[in-house]
This record gives sequence, C-alpha cells and structure tokens, in this order.
Amino acid sequence: MGEGWCRGRSLALFALVILLPIWIARGFRSDELLQDDEEFGLEGGRPAADPELPTNPFRPPIRRKPDLDLPSGSADSKSVQFSLEHNLGASEFSPAGTFTARLKSWSHGGQTLTKLRFSRNALTEEEKGAFERLLKEDGHYTIRVPSNVLNPSGEDYVVSSVRARCIPRESLDEHFVIHTDGVNIIAVNYGSAGACQYPRLLRYPAKWSFTSYTVLKNSEQAPRTPTFAEELLAGEDGLGEGVKPPEKSFWAKYWMPSLPAGSNYFYYYCCEKKIDRWLHHMPECCPKEALALFLLC
Amino acid sequence: MGSSHLRPPTAMAIRARLGFVILLLLFFSATLSAALYEDQVGLADWHHKYIGKVKHAVFHTQKTGRKRVVVSTEENVVASLDLRTGFIFWRNVLGKNDDIDQVDIALGKYVVTLSSGGSILRAWNLPDGQMIWESTLPVSTPSKSSLYVPANINVGKDNLILVFGGSSIHALSSMDGQIVWRKELSIDSLEIQQIFQPHDSDVINAVGFVGSSEFVVYHISYRTGEVMQQSKASFESGFCGEASLVFDNLVVALDASKSSLVSISFKNEVINFHQINLSDLVPDFSGKVTLLPLKFNGMLAIEIASSIHLLRVKGANELEFVEKISHPFAVSDALPLSKEQQAFAILQHEESKIHFKVKSDNDLRNEILKETIQMDSHRGNIEKVFINNYIRTDRTHGFRFLVVMEDHSLLLIQQGEIVWTREDGLASIVDSTTSELPVEKEGVSVAEVEHNLFEWLKGHLLKLKGTLMLASPDEVAAIQAIRLKSSEKNKMTRDHNGFRKLIIVLTRAGKVLALHTGDGRVVWSVLLPALRRSETCGNPFALRVYQWQVPHHHAMHENPSVLVVGRCGHGFDAPGIFSIVDSYTGKVQNSLMLEHSVSHIMPLPLTDSTEQRLHLIIDAKLQAHLYPKNSDSLKHFFNEMPNIYWYLVEVEKNKIRGYSLENKAELDTAEEYVFQAKELWSIVFPSESEKIAVTATRKMNEIVHTQAKVVADQDVMYKYISKNILFVATVAPKAAGEIGSATPEEALLYAYLIDTVSGRILHRVCHQGAQGPVHAVVSENWVVYHYFNLRAHRYEMSVIEIYDQSRADNKDVWKLVLGKHNLTVPVSSYSRPDVMVKSQSYFFTHSVKSMAVTATAKGITSKQLLIGTIGDQVLALDKRFLDPRRSVNPTQSEKEEGIIPLTDSLPIVPQSYITHSLQVEGLRSMVTIPAKLESTTLVFSYGVDLFFTRIAPSRTYDSLTEDFSYALLLITIVVLVAAIFVTWALSEKKELKEKWR
Repeated sequence: MGEGWCRGRSLALFALVILLPIWIARGFRSDELLQDDEEFGLEGGRPAADPELPTNPFRPPIRRKPDLDLPSGSADSKSVQFSLEHNLGASEFSPAGTFTARLKSWSHGGQTLTKLRFSRNALTEEEKGAFERLLKEDGHYTIRVPSNVLNPSGEDYVVSSVRARCIPRESLDEHFVIHTDGVNIIAVNYGSAGACQYPRLLRYPAKWSFTSYTVLKNSEQAPRTPTFAEELLAGEDGLGEGVKPPEKSFWAKYWMPSLPAGSNYFYYYCCEKKIDRWLHHMPECCPKEALALFLLC
Repeated sequence: MGSSHLRPPTAMAIRARLGFVILLLLFFSATLSAALYEDQVGLADWHHKYIGKVKHAVFHTQKTGRKRVVVSTEENVVASLDLRTGFIFWRNVLGKNDDIDQVDIALGKYVVTLSSGGSILRAWNLPDGQMIWESTLPVSTPSKSSLYVPANINVGKDNLILVFGGSSIHALSSMDGQIVWRKELSIDSLEIQQIFQPHDSDVINAVGFVGSSEFVVYHISYRTGEVMQQSKASFESGFCGEASLVFDNLVVALDASKSSLVSISFKNEVINFHQINLSDLVPDFSGKVTLLPLKFNGMLAIEIASSIHLLRVKGANELEFVEKISHPFAVSDALPLSKEQQAFAILQHEESKIHFKVKSDNDLRNEILKETIQMDSHRGNIEKVFINNYIRTDRTHGFRFLVVMEDHSLLLIQQGEIVWTREDGLASIVDSTTSELPVEKEGVSVAEVEHNLFEWLKGHLLKLKGTLMLASPDEVAAIQAIRLKSSEKNKMTRDHNGFRKLIIVLTRAGKVLALHTGDGRVVWSVLLPALRRSETCGNPFALRVYQWQVPHHHAMHENPSVLVVGRCGHGFDAPGIFSIVDSYTGKVQNSLMLEHSVSHIMPLPLTDSTEQRLHLIIDAKLQAHLYPKNSDSLKHFFNEMPNIYWYLVEVEKNKIRGYSLENKAELDTAEEYVFQAKELWSIVFPSESEKIAVTATRKMNEIVHTQAKVVADQDVMYKYISKNILFVATVAPKAAGEIGSATPEEALLYAYLIDTVSGRILHRVCHQGAQGPVHAVVSENWVVYHYFNLRAHRYEMSVIEIYDQSRADNKDVWKLVLGKHNLTVPVSSYSRPDVMVKSQSYFFTHSVKSMAVTATAKGITSKQLLIGTIGDQVLALDKRFLDPRRSVNPTQSEKEEGIIPLTDSLPIVPQSYITHSLQVEGLRSMVTIPAKLESTTLVFSYGVDLFFTRIAPSRTYDSLTEDFSYALLLITIVVLVAAIFVTWALSEKKELKEKWR
C-alpha cells in the first residue's frame, strides 16, 4: 500500500508543481485586489485562511514592485510618503528609500494605507563598502520606518534587522512585510526573499542593487465562535458529548487488563473442558500444557 | 459414550474457577482510573493551609471553651486560630484589593473587620466564621481609618461600632450592621487621630488635627452622633501629624520640626499646649523621631534612631525618661489587667535569644514577668508581638505572646517555651524551582526502611483484606493510615519514578524553603541574610529563584544549588542582590550585593565546566552582565554570543524591542563580563488603539517529542516549533478596565505570535468585542488564551496552532529514503517563515486566575491545560478539546485520530478538578514539573495555600497504580502453582486407580 500511496503522493506533488506557477500567476494579478479584498473582508467576514501566505518559500508570490513602478501621480492629495532608513553598522541611520502609499478614508472615520510602493535609493560607494564589511563580519543590517506614517517626526520608529549575509543572491533581495493598523505601522518583518541558510556563507551579490518585495498586512479577523442552539445539542445527545470526557472504545481502554483475563478465559473454557474430559478417561490433555497456561496467566 | 448428563463440578473445575475469580478481582483492583476515589485523597497529594503575615490579632480567651485568637493578615485573610495548637478553626480570604484595616471582636460573638480603606465593615460569627452582616460605608476617599468597638461589657445592649476615617464618623449597630448615625465633621483637611470613650459615659471624644497647626476636640453623643461640644486651638510651630493619647484629657504630639514634644491637655473647652524639648528628656538625642502608637495610660514610647525610649507622663508638663531599649525590639499594645492596672510587653532580641519583659503601669521600673527563650536564627528578628494574659494556678497573672517574626512565621510563646509555630511565610511565595534529591546510597537495605518483616507482612495482609473487601471499618482506617504515612514517598532520596523532589520556594520575606514533594514538609529553610533589612539595604525585595548548579556529569559529588535574585528597593534601578544556596542543606554558599541593577534575568542554556548555569543579568542601562564571573564561563559564552538574542516588553511604552549583544569596545578587565545591547528590532503598538495586556512564552525546558503530527488520512503536518515564540495580547485602551466598562464596539483584542529573534509577526488576529483580563499559555506549537467576549456575554478560550509549511513537502517516503528532505537542515529565524495557522474559539464558563500546561519528561504524553478557576480550584482540561480541527461531523478517520465533534463550549467535568474538593485559597500560580515516569506530571500550585499532586493526562499507561497489591499477586501465583501440583498428584492417583480397575 505504501508504494501506491507514495505514487499518488508524487503525482499530487507533480500536479502541484505544475499548477503552482499558474496559481501563483493568478495570485500575481490578484494581489492588489487582495489588499482591497482584505479590507472589504473586514465587513464581509472572509475566511480566516491567509491568502497571502506563500506556498513556496523560494518563489515570492507577492507582486514585485520595481523602482520604476513608482506612480507619477504621487502628487495625489491622498498619498503619503515615508522614508526607509538603514544602518550599516554605523551609529546613525541614513535614508535608504521611500515608501509611498495611498491613504484611504472610510466613512466611519478610520484611515488605512493601501497600494504601497517602494523606491530604493541606489547604494553609494561608501554604503557599498560598509555593506561588504557587514557581510564579512556577519553583522546585522538594520532598517527602520516611522511608526506613525502621518506624523513621521515622532521619535517612535519600527526597527527590523537581518543578518547581512541573508540578503545577497543575484542582487540584494529583500522582503518587507509591513503590519499596519490604520495609519500606524506596528512592525516590519524584514528579511531575505527566501530562506536563509545556516551556517551563513560569505557571498557577494552579482549586482549591487536592491530588489525589493513589499507586502502590506492588516490584521485578520478571528473566526467566530461556533454557536449551536442549546436545544439542538440537548435534543441530539442529551447530556452526551458536550459534557462527557473523551471516551475511548472498550477495547482501547481495557486491552491491557483483558489480555491476561482473556487468556484466563481461554484457559477456563478450553482447558477446564480438557481437564474435565481428561478426568473422564481422556488422557490426551497434558498437564504440562495446563501448567504453561497457568504460567502464561 | 458422550456423557450427556450433568455432573457436579469437579474439584479441579472449582479451583480453576476460584483462580479465575481471584485473577479477575486482581485486575479490577488494578483498573486504571482517571478520577480519584475518595480513599485515594491524600495519597499522592497534599494541601497545606496558611494565612500569611499577621497584621492584627485579637485574643478571645475570657469565656470557657475554646481559646482562640482572631488574626488578620497581609494576604487579606481573617482567621481564627486555636490558641493551643495553632490550627485554623476557620478562615476567610477576602478579595485581592480588599485590604483589612482592622479587626476586633464585638458583643463577644462577632469578629468585625474593617477593610478596603475603611469602606467595608463585616461581621463574622466567632465560632464558625460565617458572615453575619456586611455594610458598605459611603467613604469619599479611602484614607487611613480605624475601628472603635466599645469594650464595655454590657452585652445584650445594642452596642454601636464606630468607624472613623478622614473627617467622618459612622456608627453602626453591631447586631445587623445598619448605619445608626453618620457624622460628617465638615472641616476640610481634618484628620481624626484618636477616638475614645471615657469610662461609663455616653459621650465619645474625638481628637484630631486640622491642617498642620490646629488641634480639635469633639465631644459627640454616642447614641445620636450629635456634636455636643467642640473646641479648637492652634499651635504656632505646628504639628507633624503624629499624636498619642496618654490620658483621657491629655494628648502628646510631635511638633513640625520633630525635635520637641507637645503635650496638649484639654478640659472643658480649654486647650493648653506645652512644649518640651526632646533633648532635655533624652540624654543623647539625635536622628529621626517617630511616635509609637502605644495605647498606654501615662506612657509614651518614642523611637529615635532605631532605639525605643519609654517616657512616663506625670502631668501636663512633666515627662520623665524611663528606659531605652535598643534595636531589634517589639512592643505590644497595652493589655488591661484590671480596672486600674495595665500591662504591656517589650521583646528584645539579643543574637539568638529573645528577652520577654512584661511591665505594668504601676511600676515601670520593674517587670511583672521576665523570660528568655532561644530562637532559631532562620526566623530573623521580631516584627510584632501581641500579648494576652491568663490566670495561673497560683492566681497570679500569666502571659502568652503571639509573635510575628521577620520571615512572617507566627509563634505562640508561653512560660518561656515555644508552644507552636506556623510557617506562614509560605502564604506569600514569590517564585519556585525544583531540585532532585540525592541518589540513594548503597548499603541501605529494605529491612531498614520497612522496619521488620512482620510489620511488612501485616501491612500487606491488611491490604489484601481491603482488596477482597473483607476488612472492617477499623482495618480500612488502618490501611488508609499505612498508605498515608508510607515511608516510601517521604524518603530523602531519589526514586525511580522521579516523584520525590525538593520544591525550593522563595517567599516575599526573603526566605528560601525546601519542601518535600511527598508530604510538603519543610526540609530546610533559610532567611537569606542578603535579603534582610540592613543599613546598606533598607528595603530588600525578593525577585526570583533559579537553578544555579545541577550536577549530573562532571561534578557529581557536589550538591546542587539555587540562585536567588533580589533587588534592594522596588525601583528598577535599585542595585541587585545575589545569593547562592545549597539545595540539600540550605547553606548560603555565596552572597553578594551587585553594583548594577536587575531588570531582567536570563538563564542561558549553557553551563561552565563545574556545571554552573550561565546567567545574563540585564540592568536598567541595558547592559548585560554575565554570571558566574570566571574565564571558563566567558569562553563558553563567547562561543554562543552571536546566537544570543533577547527582548524586553515595555508595557508602559507599548513597545517590544529585540536586542543582540556586542562586546564593549574598550576591553577593561573589570568590564570583561559586561556586554552592550544592540537594538535589532522593535514593535510599536499604537497607543490609541492597543495596549499590551499579557505576554506568554514557552517554558525553556519544555520537551517536544515529535515535530510531525499525523492527521487523518495519514497526512503529515509539521509543527512550527520554535523556542523563540512570544505570544502577545493587546486590548483596546478603552476596554482595558473591568468587564462592562466598554461597549462591544469599542473593545478589541489582538493576538500576536512574534518570533523574538527576528521580530517578525508570524500571526496577527483580531477578536472584535473581546476584552481582558487575558490569560495565555504557550506550549509546543500552540497557544491558548482566555478572555471575555462582550458580544456573547461569556468568557471564551481561543487556540492558535501554527504549522511549518516549508517542511510540508517532506511527505514523500522516497524523498526521505533518498535523503532529499530538508528535515535535518538547521532552521534559521532569518528565513522567511512559511507558516500555516489554524485557530478556533470556544466558550468557557469560568473566569480564570491563572493557566498552565502539563509537562512530561519526554513530551510523548498528551497535554492538559491546568486552569486556576475563580473558586481557587485547579481544573485539568484536555488539550484535545481545544483542537482547532474539531468539526461538527468528524469523518471516520478523524474520529479514529481522536478528534472530538465540535461544540460551542468547553466541558467542565467535575471529576477533572485535580484539587478535588479542596480549595487553594488565593491561588496565584501553578507550576508543572515532569516526573521521570513519562505519563506523570507533578503539579504544584500556590497562593495563600499550597497544593501538590501528580497527574497523568493520558492515565498511567506506563506503571501500575501505587496501591497495586503485589502481595496478592504473589499469593495468587503461589496458590495456583500449588493447585497445579495438587491436581497433578490427584490425577496421577486417579489414573493409577483407573489402570488398576
């Protein structure tokens, strides 16, 4: 059964591998909608499963937002900008890029960020040197964004770090997941686009430019507590399942005590009959057998 | 030839049947049971009752009958103790914030307690502790308040109880607690100091200060509350607010500069002040002065520079110095011996001796009684003393002293002997840890343990009788007694199952005690010198206890030790205190005052070559200090330093920050063990919408047996197992208060799962209409949290299970065979997590005080949640009820897997209370300790009471129950073997006979 099962598995896996890019491609297009979808979801009660969760860690299913993708219409009154700052091992943070997002106002007064764009500043020679030093040291590359987007002058920053050696691949691949609550940024999950092998090996990128992936995340709604009508429960099984502890089946519960008892039973029924017969001039039952059974018991 | 007729059963058949019956009986007696039978109570569990540090005590010894003392404690317990044994007659634990201000006895039959800043007055029945009445007083601001129960003996008359605090006086009927009258002395900043009733009069006098310079006297009608007379006078140099009533018409107060005493005499609306310089009275006067509240006629006690000076008041302007008593000391309140005579006690510590002196107001120079007792050093100094008198056989006055020691223990001393002691420091446990007992030495034979063979046989015979239900009630009692005191469970050596351990607890008083898990007795105790009040540290504060050294490989001959961390003062920047205590003997091995503060303590999973555990102490300046300070530990630490990450939850700032460690740039030898924090990540919760309510992490020593979880249809899910998971729950600030203070629309609860190395939010979920209090427990790959659902008007429990999808591909057997799986690849927190989350919520009836989860040695046994209920009981709830995969109609395969059909609420099975019928009063925490036996967890829960038991979440599948009768098994085997031989011989004989026929 094992092999058939395995074959079925591999087949399913094969299908999955074939279908995954297609699915991802679909996800690719629908991603932006998903953002909105999620927001509507707040009212519509979408299922709890996170549609943004990538199914394959090596292929970022999230839409790439290259630098050129920056909308020219950033003069939009509803758009907000906030800067990304980074720290390459020095004591000070320096600007490294700009996030642009649209501020969506809701009728009930709340505001949320949508349509996040990101543009990275090119690395200067000095920064490149600092980054190389970080790579050599296996140091931390730290970034920060203001926690309040509308009022970035505040002192509160959301900081995130990654070991510098996790970033280089072809280019410098980075991945942002920005957790927001209205116009506040709660946290930034910053890291490599895929896995970060351990032990981390020293490796330089072919291209000293960043390839950035950004995702904006709002909180999910918890699934509602299932509610059943009380009488339904009472009608079906009375005080039954709702109240009783998980009961195992009889055999699951009593297999151990029943083992010797069973052999005893066996002894009782066959051996006793045998002995009876034997006492009635049937010498084929051997007392040694009985002895063995006794010892078994 | 087939014999169809019925034969009487042969001897053999009877024997066989008998054997069968015996065996069946045997197996029934060994049937594995989940719940406890009545006679099993106390076999594996113990429950100790405590009351806490005594604040007030009132003796009740006048009447014939039971002599008792009624006490109130800092744990808000009011209790009646047997004066002869110290046992509790009854006790009532008031709420957490219901501090008892005073306690007294009214009408000779009610215990009256004033609590909650003078706003609640309750009367309890003296014999049994039943509440008789409760009265809530309209007090605008909780202030220093006291109770006045008139001591006139006209029992039967409806005596009034007076409560005064701030500027108002309430008079309540002592029969039913009705407010008879209420007098608001409408003067701002009035503080009543004393209230008293001159003998046989219907007028009560109240004296107090208005502001800092005015003195007021009120004469108020006792029956109506009418102010009959009022007089006022001001004193130009002012008062500091302390005063002592010396006579019915004389008050002595301290002036504002605290350098002189002011005697205030008042008579018929005339108030006279008299200032007396302290330097004239006391020979070498200097330092801080306080007036001791000694209610004693014609006497005054002042404390100057930690020594006490007794002054005698002869008249309005005549004071006389009597005696100086140096620290440490305790002085009791005055005790009326007769109408004219009063007595009081002075206790003085001198190294290990305590001197007791009782003086009467007739003759202050000499003592009525003088005694000296020896006292253990581990009880510390005397803190308080209460005195009571009795008539000796020779008709003279005898005295007994109720003494509260520095370690919060309570002693009764009479005739120069300690009559009983109560270890009431155990009511305020701060932290606990466990230690293994020493390994049993060779050469200890069974005979020594079991006394003698005859006793042993007798015991087993009794047990056999009990099993066969042949025992008489007396014998049943004897069996129970044997079981209870079975020396096996109380031995001071390690056992095979790992049930016997030492629980090492740290109490608020700074005392460390080792309790034996067998019966909860105190094996040793030590009041840590470093945590005692001293010149250098005025306000020590016990924080935590950790395992410091657990020798098992290299240092087997050494005793294990624990580390006690304290702080000198309550602020986060106060210097830390370290003390290392031997776990077997309680000897303090090392004790030091740290130069830095202690804000966070991290035991590292590293040990040095002597198996001392490495600890990092984070101070208020975010510097990390490594302990123990030796080069060996530094070497081990440097190897792991790049992989050490830590975080701080800043609740006030609504932030969580993660840090790594860096070397200090300048390598000073003294600073070799100090490291700098480097901020790696931060999470900022918006203060307008979220407020951190609770955080929870996995236990550091938790063991997970398998990462894979086989689900229905033989699919595999991989648990996301990380030691670095932090659960955080935040609530909307509006809904941070009590339940009902916010509408469901305003209330929000966010649950976060955070990786503490990278600061990633792995999961974030919002519960609308939910609010705290939140309690959470994290284990393996799941978290369960408890909160209130405002929409459903019920408590709810949610579960989140988190699964690793990056390993989900490893289902293919071929991949595993060919090694093409990633199961052995090291997991890095820096990799982008690929997780799947399953969650579900269930209603739960109870509100919860604390939550914990069972822990077993190998993590194979299924888990149970331990829930400390509002009724101070511990409920064990199977984790399977909190499975997010429960569905309304589980498939056949899911049923086989053990998935329970979905219900909307979690069941509470009465049998699953592990505390059975007991209550762990004031339950604060539950600690689970794995036993060596995989099926079993030891549970230690503490609050005001202590309760210990062991539970088997999946039943004891790997052992026979303790009361399994081996003797019966042995006897059965012997009988059966004998039977075989007898029947064999019989059959031989019969066969021979047959042949001869």
